[in-house]
Amino acid sequence: MTDTLIAGLYREGEPIADTKAPAGDIAAKWSTRQFEAALVNPANRRKLSVIIVGTGLAGAAAAATMGEAGYRVKAFCYQDSPRRAHSIAAQGGINAAKNYKGDGDSVHRLFYDTVKGGDYRSRETNVYRLAEVSADIIDQCVAQGVPFAREYGGLLDNRSFGGVQVSRTFYARGQTGQQLLIGAYQALERQIGAGSVEMFARHEMMELIVVDDGSGPRARGIVARDLITGEIETHLADAVVLASGGYGNVFFLSTNAMGSNTTAIWRAHRKGAYFGNPCYTQIHPTCIPQSGDHQSKLTLMSESLRNDGRIWVPKNAADCDKDPREIPEEARDYYLERIYPGFGNLVPRDIASRQAKNMCDEGRGVGPEVDGSRRGVYLDFADAIGRLGEDAVRSKYGNLFDMYERITGENPYQVPMRIYPAVHYTMGGLWVDYDLQSTIPGLFVTGEANFSDHGANRLGASALMQGLADGYFVLPNTIRDYLSKGPFGPLGEDHPQVREAQDSVRSRIHRIMSMNGTRSVDSYHKALGKIMWEKCGMERTDEGLREAVEQIRALRADFWTNVRVLGTAEGLNQSLEKAGRVADFLELGELMCIDALHRRESCGGHFRAESQTEDGEALRHDDEFAYVAAWEWGGDGEAPVLHKEDLVYEFIELKQRSYK
Amino acid sequence: MRISLKIWRQANPRDKGRMVDYKLDEVSEDSSFLEMLDLLNEHLHEQGEEPVAFDSDCREGICGQCGVVINGEAHGPERTTTCQLHMRSFRDGDEIIIEPWRADAFPVIKDLCVDRGALDRIVAAGGYISANTGSAPDAHATPVPKENADRAFMAAECIGCGACVAACPNASGMLFMGAKITHLGELPQGQPERDARVLKMTEQHDLEGFGGCTNLGECTRACPKGIPLNVISQMNRDLLRTGFSV
Ligand SMILES: Cc1cc2nc3c(=O)[nH]c(=O)nc-3n(C[C@H](O)[C@H](O)[C@H](O)COP(=O)(O)OP(=O)(O)OC[C@H]3O[C@@H](n4cnc5c(N)ncnc54)[C@H](O)[C@@H]3O)c2cc1C
Ligand code: SF4
Ligand code: FES
Repeated sequence: MTDTLIAGLYREGEPIADTKAPAGDIAAKWSTRQFEAALVNPANRRKLSVIIVGTGLAGAAAAATMGEAGYRVKAFCYQDSPRRAHSIAAQGGINAAKNYKGDGDSVHRLFYDTVKGGDYRSRETNVYRLAEVSADIIDQCVAQGVPFAREYGGLLDNRSFGGVQVSRTFYARGQTGQQLLIGAYQALERQIGAGSVEMFARHEMMELIVVDDGSGPRARGIVARDLITGEIETHLADAVVLASGGYGNVFFLSTNAMGSNTTAIWRAHRKGAYFGNPCYTQIHPTCIPQSGDHQSKLTLMSESLRNDGRIWVPKNAADCDKDPREIPEEARDYYLERIYPGFGNLVPRDIASRQAKNMCDEGRGVGPEVDGSRRGVYLDFADAIGRLGEDAVRSKYGNLFDMYERITGENPYQVPMRIYPAVHYTMGGLWVDYDLQSTIPGLFVTGEANFSDHGANRLGASALMQGLADGYFVLPNTIRDYLSKGPFGPLGEDHPQVREAQDSVRSRIHRIMSMNGTRSVDSYHKALGKIMWEKCGMERTDEGLREAVEQIRALRADFWTNVRVLGTAEGLNQSLEKAGRVADFLELGELMCIDALHRRESCGGHFRAESQTEDGEALRHDDEFAYVAAWEWGGDGEAPVLHKEDLVYEFIELKQRSYK
Repeated sequence: MRISLKIWRQANPRDKGRMVDYKLDEVSEDSSFLEMLDLLNEHLHEQGEEPVAFDSDCREGICGQCGVVINGEAHGPERTTTCQLHMRSFRDGDEIIIEPWRADAFPVIKDLCVDRGALDRIVAAGGYISANTGSAPDAHATPVPKENADRAFMAAECIGCGACVAACPNASGMLFMGAKITHLGELPQGQPERDARVLKMTEQHDLEGFGGCTNLGECTRACPKGIPLNVISQMNRDLLRTGFSV
């Protein structure tokens, strides 16, 4: 480890390597690994127990599959039912290399597109495996009764999505996430009914239990709060899986569900699990713009709208408050079509988002002023309606148009929609190896909670694919290698390291409840969100990030003296729940800024103003930054430690991305 | 806009509960119904009164977690979820009465939050297709006629919010259950377990304390996803098929 602080903020430690992927040709690695991973005799599986935190696509699929296989599973979620996990909100679709359209798709092409789309910051081995199992996912879901869109002949339909040239996206109208999750949820409920999975809804994981019984530290359980009774419970097992989703709510306003949080992975990080690429945030270009201060969240409009809608702003800032229908064609700037004639309105998300910001920063944004500036651009269907007719547009996008009208009170068939980018997905998460195991033995991480498959930018329809690939196919196969060495010996609730975890949860809750300051939890969350969006959002600078670190530290100190939570800790207390989550966001936010600061290159969703080409495009530096930044917790008030995992591209050539 | 609120406050499941009056000035027409409650809660916090507990998560009308009775109607005056109802649907000066879902099968936890675990237990009893991971045939091996696929999809849109139960004078869960039975029963994959499914689900439904359906149609009028009443007829036909007398 370096002795001195780098940039005054962090130290550098030993590099790490992922040693689990077998050598040899990329197409053979996964089958080799599955063969090499030890088996667990069916009779012994009952003796092994697994805790799964989170029952979104990644967690529900894993819990159902592990339950079917005969392990004893306990699953947890904070909502009142596993069917409500944030995965339910995904609209657009899920990719799979089925080549049902015969348009030249293949496992290799899906692999290639995903690595390129991730701006060459994801791990080749993981992405290849993702592409490889993608086809099985569709089979599995159809067998469960997921009602994907079909053609008249009864076969499945596909569409193309977000900058990809083949039709490989399976979808269920605008509700793909819901239908996939209901499939996984039903498989999970079946195991709950059969008694192989025990479900703990309205339970929040508050701490990870790591025990060293002489053979080194291992994850052995969690401390959870029953959100209804307020009781602090201890659950012990042979292994723990975190499938707790992303942390986009650190920005307060995002498209994430209100309860999405970082607590599960952040607590594990503090116990020794490295955090990979925390600053990689995906900003989605087509969201409904903010309308005022009352707003609690932002709503995504499916990206499929960009297939027919044309994006523009007035050429002249003086026209911005005019009725858009009165602005003549020659006074409009269809800026994506102008700058990227090859891809036009279908450029990838990071590019579409940044250009929208540029237009608004130039003063050409439209819509109401919020905080002194207009943040919106038009997404116009007038041409499409003229060309295809209103009925055809209605049958394609009707539900999205209705949703837009409900939220904004404007009719998008008559007036162009207004859109603006919003935080949508986090590509960072706990660092995992090829087996999806974190740096704490026995702690596995799946779905959006891990960092592994998307690099610096996630292509559309690939997060659902990753969640289900991890849950149904990858984790159940890799975790058995670990479990084959178990059971790991009896462990009592009075073991000192278990006690310590329980005590830390109790004292944290006590501290929050007894602070008795003046400010509400939400006011801190909003303040943090503002700092993050302005300084660690779509565009980042050295100076801004340094300021953000200072501001977050001051806000955190204020939180721990001045927050006020009313009511008691016995029973349902939603302010207390939020307080714990915001406290963790206040620590994570700082790490995100430090990570963004150290990465002096632009890639994917991370645009560093200091690193751009002459015409303002993102400029990557593969010679210096082709690595995963895996951060180790340095201790309270101590600097974090950076470990680098070099990204080696053996099968795909690193190229600068260009959509011009 | 200015509004007056009457809200059900109940400290815990054992508390008797009561209606409490509040007033709000400056509510934006553009805010959603739940954002209006957020604003109320910020005010209550300032006054040192405990915020009103209510459930929500996605706030996009898809997770089914939100849901309160507004002026006597489940999810309020429009056919949508509570989170997608906006204040522009009300008028300046309106009085709005807010209560939790009421049904024996949905015990109140606190204020506006109820326990809908009974719906999960109905699904656990048989609301699935048994398909172990890794054993599925190729997805194109079984074509599904578009007509059946569309009807399955329509029924699969149920978000499990429980408004149908809250709206029904008998607190019946039949619209929810009929939706699941129709979704799976329209698909070839769902046929092998079709009889067992309807028997096990209806048995669990009755055990949970939901009432029977008397065809009033309040459920379908309250349903934010427009699940039609005929899913209940399909469920009844499936029950008859099994030789069970309805
Ligand atoms: C609006 C929207 C649209 C999207 N559209 C698409 C799309 O079209 N295609 C695509 O591929 N992707 C899409 N995505 C992304 C995708 O939906 C998510 O990345 C993915 O569903 C995440 O799944 P997950 O299982 O990892 O986590 P989640 O579904 O977020 O599940 C997290 C689980 O963890 C639980 N949990 C969290 N913290 C705790 C705790 N401390 N204790 C106990 N339980 C906890 C929660 O209760 C929940 O069960 C979209 C995302 C959004 C926001
Ligand atoms: S049938 Fe309609 S009202 Fe009933 S739970 Fe489903 S979506 Fe809600
Ligand atoms: S909060 Fe999800 S449906 Fe209303």
